[in-house]
Amino acid sequence: MDESSYLAAFIAISALATFATRAVPFLFFEKHTEHPLVKHIGRFLPAAVMALLATVFLQRSADWQAQAPGADALIPALLVVAVHLWRRNALLSIAAGTAAYMAIQQSGIL
Amino acid sequence: MNHHAFKLTLPILFGYIPLGMAFGVLFTTQLDYPWWIAPLMGLVIYAGAGQILAVSLLAANAGLVEVAVAMFVLNARHLFYGLSLLGQFRGAGWRKAYLIFGLTDETYSLLTSRPRSANREQEQHVDFRITAMNQGYWIVGCTLGAVLGKTVAFNSTGIEFALVALFIVLTIEQLKALGDSFPVWAGAAAAAFAMMLVPATHQLIAGIVLVTAVLLLHYRKYRTDTMAGDANRG
Repeated sequence: MDESSYLAAFIAISALATFATRAVPFLFFEKHTEHPLVKHIGRFLPAAVMALLATVFLQRSADWQAQAPGADALIPALLVVAVHLWRRNALLSIAAGTAAYMAIQQSGIL
Repeated sequence: MNHHAFKLTLPILFGYIPLGMAFGVLFTTQLDYPWWIAPLMGLVIYAGAGQILAVSLLAANAGLVEVAVAMFVLNARHLFYGLSLLGQFRGAGWRKAYLIFGLTDETYSLLTSRPRSANREQEQHVDFRITAMNQGYWIVGCTLGAVLGKTVAFNSTGIEFALVALFIVLTIEQLKALGDSFPVWAGAAAAAFAMMLVPATHQLIAGIVLVTAVLLLHYRKYRTDTMAGDANRG
């Protein structure tokens, strides 16, 4: 497959897979909305998935071979938590943490 | 009415422009594709975390099956978003497909938290406008990032941390909305197990399968406890 058809297929598949996740409840759950198991999973899974994604991607952003293992990502992560608990403004929390991470990575302090 | 919808979407404007830009800059600095592919992805894929993941999948020349699985799994949380909007989108006609397509985390939170009148058709028009405005902001962000990424002398090393920060923020928001920390610890523990036991490419799906199994057990216990509680009260 050449590069432009790979890219076209890649975008089409990503679009379909993303749309599928959003369309599934409308296709399959219309009749089971009140089932307690559906409600339970619907209620608790998003929090579990967010925590899982945060953990996996945080681990991958960190340098575990550094003198202070993982500190280059853990410090910005703690900053995100602190700023978010303080102001509860998603944009501000994300900007603060990302700026701190970029500063640490680019200066190589840690 | 347009003005009203615009006001509701302002926080999304301020969130989507920089996040879309983060994606655009990442796209343009990590990949060797024309800049307009970035807004095109914002138009047809329209998923923040998904598009940032797509950059690393493209850079790794990932197989298409892996791409489908990775995108589906990363967006699997959306599988449950529709459950709270089944009634509200009913009878929206051609608009319904777009409302479902545009159901990002942020649009979902706006649509489920805004006050609604009894006139469902009119409310669906407002939902549609909100969804379209949000996607518009996102596409503008993707475009700005992709165009500026190469022309402005700007060291973007580390900008991908925006994704990690987004997940941390969403975890805190979920925790506050739920008032129960169990799923958060279960998710983090499942991630830890997956990272120890399986190679990087399969960690997300392994972790999500694991934590879903944990939640099924949790459901059984939860129900038993609730029923025991009911029996005690009875």
